[in-house]
Amino acid sequence: MTERLSGGEMLIRALQDEGVEYVFGYPGGAALHIYDAVFKQQRIEHILVRHEQAATHMADGYARSTGKPGVVLVTSGPGATNAITGLATAFMDSTPIIVISAQVPNEVIGTDAFQETDMVGVSRPVVKHSYMVKSADEIPRIVKEAFYIASSGRPGPIVIDIPKDTTDPNETFDYDYPETVSLRSYSPATRGHGGQIRKAVAALMRAKRPVIYTGGGIVQGEAGDMLTAIARMLGYPVTNTLMGLGGYPGTDRQFLGMLGMHGTFEANMAMHEADLIFAAGARFDDRVTNNPTKFAPDAKVIHVDIDPAAISKIVNADIPIVGPVSEVLTEMARLIDAALEEDPERIDRAAIDAWWGRIDRWRRTHGLDHDQRHRAGTNGAMLPQHVIQAVYRATQGEAYVTSDVGQHQMFAAQYYKFDAPRRWINSGGLGTMGFGLPAAMGVQFAHPHDTVACITGEGSFMMNMQELSTCMQYALPIKIVNLNNQALGMVKQWQDMQYGGRHSHSTYRDALPDFKALAESFGHVAYRVDDVGELDGVMADTFGPKHKDDLVFIDAHIDPDEHVYPMAIKGGSMADMVLEREPGRDDIREDV
Amino acid sequence: MRRLLAILLENEAGALSRVVGLFAQRNYNIETLTVAPTEDSTLSRVTLLTYGDADRIEQITKHLNRLIEVVKVVDLTDGDHIEREIMLVKVRAVGEGRAEAKRMSDIFRGQIVDMTADAYTVQLTGPSEKLDAFIAALGDTTILEVVRSGVSGIGRGEKILSL
Repeated sequence: MTERLSGGEMLIRALQDEGVEYVFGYPGGAALHIYDAVFKQQRIEHILVRHEQAATHMADGYARSTGKPGVVLVTSGPGATNAITGLATAFMDSTPIIVISAQVPNEVIGTDAFQETDMVGVSRPVVKHSYMVKSADEIPRIVKEAFYIASSGRPGPIVIDIPKDTTDPNETFDYDYPETVSLRSYSPATRGHGGQIRKAVAALMRAKRPVIYTGGGIVQGEAGDMLTAIARMLGYPVTNTLMGLGGYPGTDRQFLGMLGMHGTFEANMAMHEADLIFAAGARFDDRVTNNPTKFAPDAKVIHVDIDPAAISKIVNADIPIVGPVSEVLTEMARLIDAALEEDPERIDRAAIDAWWGRIDRWRRTHGLDHDQRHRAGTNGAMLPQHVIQAVYRATQGEAYVTSDVGQHQMFAAQYYKFDAPRRWINSGGLGTMGFGLPAAMGVQFAHPHDTVACITGEGSFMMNMQELSTCMQYALPIKIVNLNNQALGMVKQWQDMQYGGRHSHSTYRDALPDFKALAESFGHVAYRVDDVGELDGVMADTFGPKHKDDLVFIDAHIDPDEHVYPMAIKGGSMADMVLEREPGRDDIREDV
Repeated sequence: MRRLLAILLENEAGALSRVVGLFAQRNYNIETLTVAPTEDSTLSRVTLLTYGDADRIEQITKHLNRLIEVVKVVDLTDGDHIEREIMLVKVRAVGEGRAEAKRMSDIFRGQIVDMTADAYTVQLTGPSEKLDAFIAALGDTTILEVVRSGVSGIGRGEKILSL
């Protein structure tokens, strides 16, 4: 027997039928019918946030750490516009979130009604697709399509805008959740082209200076195991983008670390000198390639991606393969295995050994450890790298780590080694400050028994710190590590390097709060650390049994003058990097 | 490079705005745009004239295809095709100019579809260059108003664009 449900009830029932566990949201006038439907059920837990932007990042953190779409519910007008930054963040990093925004009733749309915004219009450039519900009976089909589109092909965010009258509790409809989706205009590739795959394998086996370069597509496309299998069979070096970390084991010898603007010397040099670049699930972002006209001059490029528009967008692909990375890599692994079985000498081992010899020399010249371990910061101050390494030791490399945006993000990417996918969660494409804490909350909801650390800086943290209250309400035991350099560190670094040390609006003078007291005022546990000698003790308490159920905030006061290196030289090739602070530029003026 | 794209689109509210929005977001140009439902009322057909090098046109086509409501995209300029545009021109038609305007219209196989004591409205159909040529040929005749439909196009021969 089909049930009679109102539009609001159908929406919530459809979310239940999609297996949704959590909805992150904030009520308001146009959403009240829906909120009443939320109240009358138990299967979905609604998480009341303190700001809608944070709700979107929570859903995003949930999605990135599980692969399942995260769901947001907001009201019309400001509720909807506050969700835009989160949509753009998810869009740039191709993560599946679904934002359900209430809308003013149909009869007043277009009249500049109270809390009216054209959400479909405002969000258009930052969604994979969006829906405007015209009548309530469309709701089940639209929800079904939204989840399918969000999580298939190249994933992305979806908006469903629902006018209040279509959720009216007094109008009921037969509820019938569709089992399948029929969209004639949407059919993502399900496998790669066989001929192209064979060409790619042949090129890989002939390479003398190969690099495997992979990105977020490996993580999202669940292709980490296949990537590892291929890399091991071939014995070739692997580098990951910021979004791709964890796609290949970070502690493996074949791993060169992250590449790009703040990538390792060896990863960037290997890319520049390569004769073959095998790119999979990566998009040749400008933060990776530096100047595309100077990019890897000798390299042939194989490019695997689910999105045809990502191929040959920045760097021309010699062998393009459109398809899901997991399927394509599985097929490639099979062909490589068969070829090596037939003739183990197919690969020019002497050339590959010589290539590794060069890579190892680059590693020794400027590995990330070249002087951090023993060096103290200015006047003996604690270095941010020390803090990340202490977090790594205390969590044995097994935590889920979220970050915000800036220097701390790069230090975390460089010094925390991720051995598994979906463990490193950050806003890579849009670079959204304020992402870290709410993303960590979404991860913690998804993985209640795992350790979740948010590595942040005081600038980013203050963009969404109101969520400390939400953390208290839902007893989330997140560990927040605040790399406090009392400045917008990355901005300040660029000003040091490119603007003669003129720190235009990158410091707050003496206006920062006492973060320990601040966190404690929300009812959380907090530490302040100034000395590198205290680090391991505080980390042991934070990540140990003592504070298993507590949110712990560590306010780590670090050397305010530390820069992130290597750093790409603007307009150059990938081999053009600044490796350390230039002599004579150490004197950073205190106050400008 | 001048490129004429034919796009089949779901005939739904908001679908066209995604196409137009895409061009603005990615810094592509729309020279002309025509759109109307097809014989299948669930589909609209857009003909869009744009300029760009091969790489840019490839990106435009790929990004159009990425839109969920875009069913098919074809670059008509890849093969033989027919282009037509319709133009309505209101010209001053008084004294000697009145006969001259009529003669011009006849030479270009236009039709006078409306007239007053002082003006003719000429309808002209053809490739865009023909319409350009007519405007240029009007010379001293005073043009009061021009409206052009933008280019519509279809492939020659057996080739068809359908589902």
